Amino acid sequence: MPLAQTATTVPVTVDQALCIADKGCTVCVDVCPLDVLRIAETDAGKTAYMKYDECWYCMPCEADCPTGAVTVNLPYLLK
Amino acid sequence: MDEILDGITQIDCDILVIGGGTAGPMAALKAKRKNPSANVVLLDKANVKRSGAISMGMDGLNNSVIPGHATPEQYTKEITIANDGICDQAAVYRYAQECYGIIQELDEFGIRFQKDQNGEYDVKKVHHIGTYVLPMPNGDTVKKALYRQLRKARINITNRYMATRLLTGDGRVAGAICVNTRTAEFLVVRAKAVIMCLGAAGRLGLPTSGYLYGTYENASNSGEGYTMAYHAGAGLANLECYQINPLIKDYNGPACAYVAGPMGGYTANAAGERFIECDYWSGQMMQEFFDELQSGKGPVFLKLNHLAGETISEIERVLHIVERPTRGHFHAGRGTDYRKQMIEMHISEIGFCSGHSASGVYVDENARTTVPGLYAAGDMANVPHNYMLGAFTHGAFAGEDAVDYIADVDFAGFDQGMVEAERTRVLAPTKRDDGIPPNQIEYKTRRLVNDYLQPPKVTAKMELAQSRFAEVRADMESAMYVRDAHELMRALEASTILDCADMAAAASLYRTESRWGLYHNRVEYEKDDENWFCHTIMTKGADGLPSSRKQAVQPYVVEIGEDEKDAYSRQRVGAGVAAE
Repeated sequence: MPLAQTATTVPVTVDQALCIADKGCTVCVDVCPLDVLRIAETDAGKTAYMKYDECWYCMPCEADCPTGAVTVNLPYLLK
Repeated sequence: MDEILDGITQIDCDILVIGGGTAGPMAALKAKRKNPSANVVLLDKANVKRSGAISMGMDGLNNSVIPGHATPEQYTKEITIANDGICDQAAVYRYAQECYGIIQELDEFGIRFQKDQNGEYDVKKVHHIGTYVLPMPNGDTVKKALYRQLRKARINITNRYMATRLLTGDGRVAGAICVNTRTAEFLVVRAKAVIMCLGAAGRLGLPTSGYLYGTYENASNSGEGYTMAYHAGAGLANLECYQINPLIKDYNGPACAYVAGPMGGYTANAAGERFIECDYWSGQMMQEFFDELQSGKGPVFLKLNHLAGETISEIERVLHIVERPTRGHFHAGRGTDYRKQMIEMHISEIGFCSGHSASGVYVDENARTTVPGLYAAGDMANVPHNYMLGAFTHGAFAGEDAVDYIADVDFAGFDQGMVEAERTRVLAPTKRDDGIPPNQIEYKTRRLVNDYLQPPKVTAKMELAQSRFAEVRADMESAMYVRDAHELMRALEASTILDCADMAAAASLYRTESRWGLYHNRVEYEKDDENWFCHTIMTKGADGLPSSRKQAVQPYVVEIGEDEKDAYSRQRVGAGVAAE
């Protein structure tokens, strides 16, 4: 029973230019009640991103981000 | 992160508090203050800094009983009437007497409450009878203020561990089995007392948007408290009294009639006419709301566009920074301006939550469940209409009583086989090579909840629900498959949700009458005071299935007059009353 690769847009976006995950910041990952954010390591450095599309659009990640890098949009299905 | 690791650790503590949202932090604080040498552990599936229903704060207290504005007797009477008389008043009355002290303590934590020009609390009237709603001007800071107190009191905080089952032995609670949500490693906590503060079962019904996490409640509140209590043998009361709330359609968050109401906003039909006399939530109010939605006069709206610009700006200021601040983003995206359009509303999916209903793990006025040493407080305990201040206050009762309880007991013994059996159950989805992912198990369960359990309730439909749930359960137990520790958390939640769905069906079938307006509108049966003026208590039967019995309502502390009993039954605006 193989699993499909169905695409989905995610509501939380992170401005890579502002994100300071490179400096060890994990605030958004730490505070998320649904635990859906992670730090990605790319060629351009580390950045936070939304790994799981399981968002309550509640805002701690945006409110607590020290650099204003995180934006919470409404999930497409309900916006 | 998220890689599944093999590991198990055991720790001991005096008091284990599970859930760091609202009731939990207060329980931990009160326990530690009463006995500073007690080892108190506060455990959370998420992070206590931002967990639970008040993750982003709260706009006010819905149920403050403040001297000069309301009396404990009046409040107890109102809550009893709002719950069709099915209410053990002792827990409500004690809350009403002691919540003012909690307000003063919260004030000392730095949480401000609105005062008038004379420096008196500026309490607003929203309920049918009394005046209890107190705005919180800096309500966005509640969690931060609580967290500061927890650090100051040196409470041991353990984040990202999900409790999955309670341990019992010697006829009392012995601790809990927990799983790390990012590594799948186990933590066995031995405790002399356990206080459960795990919030509502908010992922029971499916929102009409179809988005699994677009729920009214914080979507991390998936109902573990109810299932853990159930599997530990505790009694659960009145689970057929669902939570259903009026909310902003699609956004699925509160429109906050409690904020807008005192400023002149009200619930209206498509013609802008008021159709309910009072926006305070009760089953009968929800029935009127539902009827209007179904009628040619629907849909239903929150009407603010008749108010002055300054008033609307003040409402926006509150609604767009506290509790569900993305409300502002949502309205902006739709081009909705409170000054111009009415806000379309709908009713929420069903859930369990005593905050706005009367269901939950049965507790007494000391927050004790029916299992010795096990406490419950907040949205998961059955004290009706408790809201945030009730969670704080009953959390305090639990913390203080637990300190007395542990003075006389040592750790209860438990069968190590319980831990092994739970490890096997939890890890089963990690042992397969492929199968059904937890999101599909969850979606199907919740879609069936909507199809068959949502009121108006019909016997044949609920019985079909039970058959379909059994099929999903067989699939879940034989074929659910996860790839990492995060998905394992979701798998455990799917299992919880299915347990809650089974409990909702069984409880609703048992009470063969209609009660609490829409919440238990069982269309084949009328309200029946002769046979059903009682609580229903569900426990796990010897066959492993839900078993229900009746339990008498405790004699009232505050008598209700014959002429007062029906105050909440007459909700619809009478003919001839014009809209403003």
